This record gives sequence, structure tokens and C-alpha cells, in this order.
Amino acid sequence: MSDIFQSSQPIYQQLAERMKRQIIRGELSPGDKLPSVRETGLDVSVNPNTVQRTYRELESMQIVETRRGQGTFVTEDQSVLDSLREEMKIKAISDFVREMQEMGYSDDEIQNGLTNYLHEKGETNA
Amino acid sequence: MITLKDVTKRYGTKKALDQVNLELTPGKLIGLVGENGSGKSTTLKLIAGLNHPTKGEIKVNGEKVNRKIARSVSYLSELDEYYRFFTVKQSIAFYASQFEDFDEEKAYEILKFMKLNPYDKLKYLSKGNRGRLKIVLSLSRHVPVILMDEPLSGLDPMVRNSIVRGLISFIDLEKQLVLITTHEIRELENVLDEVIAIKDGSVIGHHNVEQLREEKHTNIVDWMTDIYE
Repeated sequence: MSDIFQSSQPIYQQLAERMKRQIIRGELSPGDKLPSVRETGLDVSVNPNTVQRTYRELESMQIVETRRGQGTFVTEDQSVLDSLREEMKIKAISDFVREMQEMGYSDDEIQNGLTNYLHEKGETNA
Repeated sequence: MITLKDVTKRYGTKKALDQVNLELTPGKLIGLVGENGSGKSTTLKLIAGLNHPTKGEIKVNGEKVNRKIARSVSYLSELDEYYRFFTVKQSIAFYASQFEDFDEEKAYEILKFMKLNPYDKLKYLSKGNRGRLKIVLSLSRHVPVILMDEPLSGLDPMVRNSIVRGLISFIDLEKQLVLITTHEIRELENVLDEVIAIKDGSVIGHHNVEQLREEKHTNIVDWMTDIYE
């Protein structure tokens, strides 16, 4: 059985996060049709009702849109996708910063540490 | 819609169910959990009309339950009840002859999904494949209510997984209500809409599973451990 979800948090939210990431990574492009509720349910071993709720959640954020009789599609509205990308970035950064601060690192240490890390990583990749 | 109103069931002097009240709505996959002997199977048999309550009333879609309720209820027994000399194909034909709403086309679709061979004789099927065949037979009916008594019990993880996938694929959640008794909660954790815990014949909890996660930050297994203590 898949362990992609934590069972102590709502699955519909976790699935929504997962799909947002797929959109940002480009695995799902603007205008792409999402798999049916049942296909997605089967793919991640989750109740189709839960998947339906995820699709509704994403729809209320205007990230996807449902066209009657055709299915659910990733939005082609670039401004929505841009703000999604921004929002996910800020969320990842704030998680990282909170963890560092919890361990007692100062803002300078965090900033320098990140700069150095990216610099070294850039060199090894080059 | 299934309603149980003040339902008590006695076997001799033993109370199997004690004043149980339940209201189950369509379009959901509902798990009935509890220890052996807690009253899970009795609940299913009463809803299926295979047994009568000592007191109280059970209705399925407004209709008072008796033997004839089999028309709107598909019941999967915990036991292996079938004709051993039948082939898989003959079993499907037999079910089709017994139930007007049995959809043979759907049966063969599920059969294919479960990778069963229609020409195998039942007596030579492995336990896992017999478990799969029972799923084929109970999900192929167009009925508002499907009851499954321990469909995962005693089967290996691969078979359990294929049965869970079968449920996701072939239950019509727009129309059907599925009530499953199980010990294999982890397997069903992500596919149940609601969970009902039963202990010594009484319902001790009934929750929407996502709500349990959202409001109490807990999963079914931890919740059960909690309320059972």
C-alpha cells in the first residue's frame, strides 16, 4: 500500500499539495486535462470521494477548472500559476527558516549558510 | 440509506447487539471495526435480512428489512459459500441467473482486473483467488447497498492490495453505499469515508475519517486504540 500520505492529516489536502507540486514542476502543464477522479484514486490508492474533494479545493483556488461534460483542466491563467509558484516558494522557505530558528541559528548564519551552500553546489555542478 | 433504530439482537441469553442506532448515507465507503465477537457480522447479517433483530427496526431505503431485501442488498459472506465444482465462468452465470441486477459485462471487466481465468474450477483456486472472485461477484450487481464481511481477512498483502484497488475502481460511489467489516484497517485507512467502532454490541464511535484527521490529527488505528482503552 502506498505510503505517500500521512494518515493523521486530511488526505484531500495532502493530495492537493502533491498536485500543486506537479503543476509547478511542469509534470502537469497549463490546459492539461487531469485524470478522472477514479483514475487518480487508483493511482494513489485513495477514495474517489476524497479525490473529488481535492479537485474542488483546487478549483476554489482557481488552479484548475471543471468544464461541464469534459473534465477538469489545469488553468491557463498565467497570473494564477505565477502566484502559485510564489506561494509554494514562500512556504518552502518559511518551513526551512522555522526549522533553522528552532535549532538556534541566527538570521546571518542562515543567510550565509545558504549562500555558501548554493555557491559550493554551483561549483560541483559546473 | 440504511437506518438502525434501537436494534438489539440476542442469541439465547447473549446480547450480540445492544440498542444500536445508526444512520448510513449513500455514496460512501464505511468501515465497521471492532474485536472478534463485538457484533460486526451480526450487524451485517441483520441489514442483509439474513437474521432478525430481537428488538428495534432496520430499514434500507425506507423499506423495512426482511429476506426480500436481497433485491437491493449485495452481501459478501465471510465464509466461502459457492459450488466447488463450478468454474469461475459458471459461477458468474449462476449469479446472473439469481439476481436480475447482475451485470455480466461488469463481472468480466472486474475478472480481468483481478487477473482471474474464467475456465478455472473453483476447487482448484488459491485462497487469494477465491477472495478475488467473491469481490467480482458482489461488486457486479447494480444495487444501492453492498455489504462485505471481512473481504481482506486471511489474504496475503498482494491480494489485499488488489481487492482495495478493485473497490476503488468498481464501486459506483454516486449511487452505492458500501459497508465493510475489517481487521485490516491500515489497508483501508485511505479509502474509507467513515468509520464505526463497535464494542460488546454497542457503537462506541462513528466518524468521518477526514474529519478525524483534520480535527483530531489522528488516524483510524490510533483513534481505535484510544477509544478501546
